[in-house]
Amino acid sequence: MAAEAPPPSTEQHKLPTPEEFTEVQESAEFGELRRSHRSFAFPLTVAFIAWYLLYVLLSNYAGGFMGTELFGNINVAFVFGVLQFVTTFLIAWWYSRHAATKLDPKAEAIKTRMEGGA
Amino acid sequence: MSPAITQVQLAANEASEHRPLIITLFALFVVATLGITVWAGRQTKDAADFYAGGRQFSAFQNGLAVSGDYMSAASFLGIAGAIALFGYDGFLYSIGFLVAWLVALLLVAEPLRNSGRYTMGDVLAYRMRQRPVRTAAGTSTIVVSIFYLLAQMAGAGVLVSLLLGITSDAGKVLIVALVGVLMIVYVSIGGMKGTTWVQMVKAVLLIGGTLLITFLVLLKFNFNISDLLGKAADNSGHGAAFLEPGLQYGATGTTKLDFISLGVALVLGTAGLPHILIRFYTVPNAKAARKSVNWAIGIIGGFYLMTIALGFGAAALISRDEIIASNPSGNTAAPLLALHLGGVDSTWGAILLATISAVAFATILAVVAGLTLASSSSFAHDIYANVIRKGKATEKEEMRAARWATVLIGIVSIALGALARDLNVAGLVALAFAVAASANLPTILYSLFWKRFTTQGALWSIYGGLVVAVGLVLFSPVVSGDPTAMFPDVDFSWFPLKNPGLISIPFGFLMGWLGTVLSKEEPDAKKYAELEVRSLTGTGAH
Repeated sequence: MAAEAPPPSTEQHKLPTPEEFTEVQESAEFGELRRSHRSFAFPLTVAFIAWYLLYVLLSNYAGGFMGTELFGNINVAFVFGVLQFVTTFLIAWWYSRHAATKLDPKAEAIKTRMEGGA
Repeated sequence: MSPAITQVQLAANEASEHRPLIITLFALFVVATLGITVWAGRQTKDAADFYAGGRQFSAFQNGLAVSGDYMSAASFLGIAGAIALFGYDGFLYSIGFLVAWLVALLLVAEPLRNSGRYTMGDVLAYRMRQRPVRTAAGTSTIVVSIFYLLAQMAGAGVLVSLLLGITSDAGKVLIVALVGVLMIVYVSIGGMKGTTWVQMVKAVLLIGGTLLITFLVLLKFNFNISDLLGKAADNSGHGAAFLEPGLQYGATGTTKLDFISLGVALVLGTAGLPHILIRFYTVPNAKAARKSVNWAIGIIGGFYLMTIALGFGAAALISRDEIIASNPSGNTAAPLLALHLGGVDSTWGAILLATISAVAFATILAVVAGLTLASSSSFAHDIYANVIRKGKATEKEEMRAARWATVLIGIVSIALGALARDLNVAGLVALAFAVAASANLPTILYSLFWKRFTTQGALWSIYGGLVVAVGLVLFSPVVSGDPTAMFPDVDFSWFPLKNPGLISIPFGFLMGWLGTVLSKEEPDAKKYAELEVRSLTGTGAH
């Protein structure tokens, strides 16, 4: 049972001093980690919110276009809605891949060094 | 008496004929979850157990629990009703509620897990003066949770109206009180560990019930979605317009703005919901938090896709009059759909109605427990331990405060439960989203990513967003001046939009910025270094 596992081992590590935190924050290595998070997450956030707002605005002000029937009773609005699901799944997958390959190794290296007291 | 009313009475009669079955299903869920709660309670020894479930849940378990916490009565009863009555416009909820998870995934979940311990306030107050910011974070946690609770209690009331007959006020009070008492028991005994297990059980039940209904609806239309939509459009009396945007929100410029306002609140609200945020503390590290969000996006996305079948299925198979007569906002469309799928006069129909009602009841109960936990945790950890006792309370005292807070919040929500019976449950929850997006999200984002952000900025964004969002709701058609309002007989509504997000969310961001640039104090650079390094690397995470 997951709930009965031993406490996480990180709690036995020492917490670095404020000076160490400041030093790491100013280091090139951490700057690189920050940049790879922000340069990926920030533009992508702007992009998916814009894409979502496009759907909201088209629903409001382009009713004729959204009502265009594509096949049977399936219209543009319906396809647009389902596409929002598809892009959400894709972005979640994309970010997770980015995080696993680009962010985790860098973060892990810094964390290990700081907690190890090296 | 109109035919529609007779239909509803019929539904109630059908239900009452099979009341033993309904009560048995309810009782089974309650007994099972109470068992889990007592078991979890015995393992709850320290504060990390009570607040964070011992932090040892797996990513999948937590993903399931997050889904359980998130898919509330709003999603199940509210969206189905909104689509059943307004067609395509109701579908906005499903889309907004899902896309919103990307904000949580990309910007909030991992840093929060890395730098906080028990509450949202941990992160907001990290680099700020503790007492004022924790007070603000606690206040906004409790306000958001109470808005959300209001919606769940309205959902509970609606179910009872359907099952026990509309006139039975005593039954309604009884069930709302029962929900209140159960949630007090769940949370005060089981803590986060018990609540997490209850969420998982409920998520499985809800997905199972929804899959069943979806399958039955699609079966009726030979798995041809176009036919389903066509029949829904015909039966709705609106024709093709039912499948196009604009039926609910397209009437005037104001209602169109309301649609945008709702859309913005939905997409920005999730990442500021305290009861969702504290779920990320139940897993061992940020990687597991990320994976649990991914699981949740998969599960929740699948569920919201099925709301197409629930909502358009109800529109296709039930007359509009019957849906409205049963509940003016369509909140009972999903259970009614179950009844019709099984056959109105058949035992099978009654069994389906009972099953789906029990699922809806479980949904409400679990979400209510999650909300109560979030608000009592925040009261105990942010306000009691760090503000009132100035950090000198022992873990035991803190947990005792949390248990008392649970009782108090339980009583408040029981009292509020009666107010919001006729409002669409999804619309009510959207208010909680608007408040969360206005008060919490700006402060979380500034705290994590903006070096210059100060205590004054944090206070201005929390209180500014909170006061404007709640204030605008107070003077909106949700509270007065509308037949479905909480107080339909008076009219003090001068703000025309039902959702305040369009104004209050930018206002929250603006106030955070303004409060910061007008600050006389310097931001605490050392603390920000600590927060930033911790939030991105997980160094020193508990």
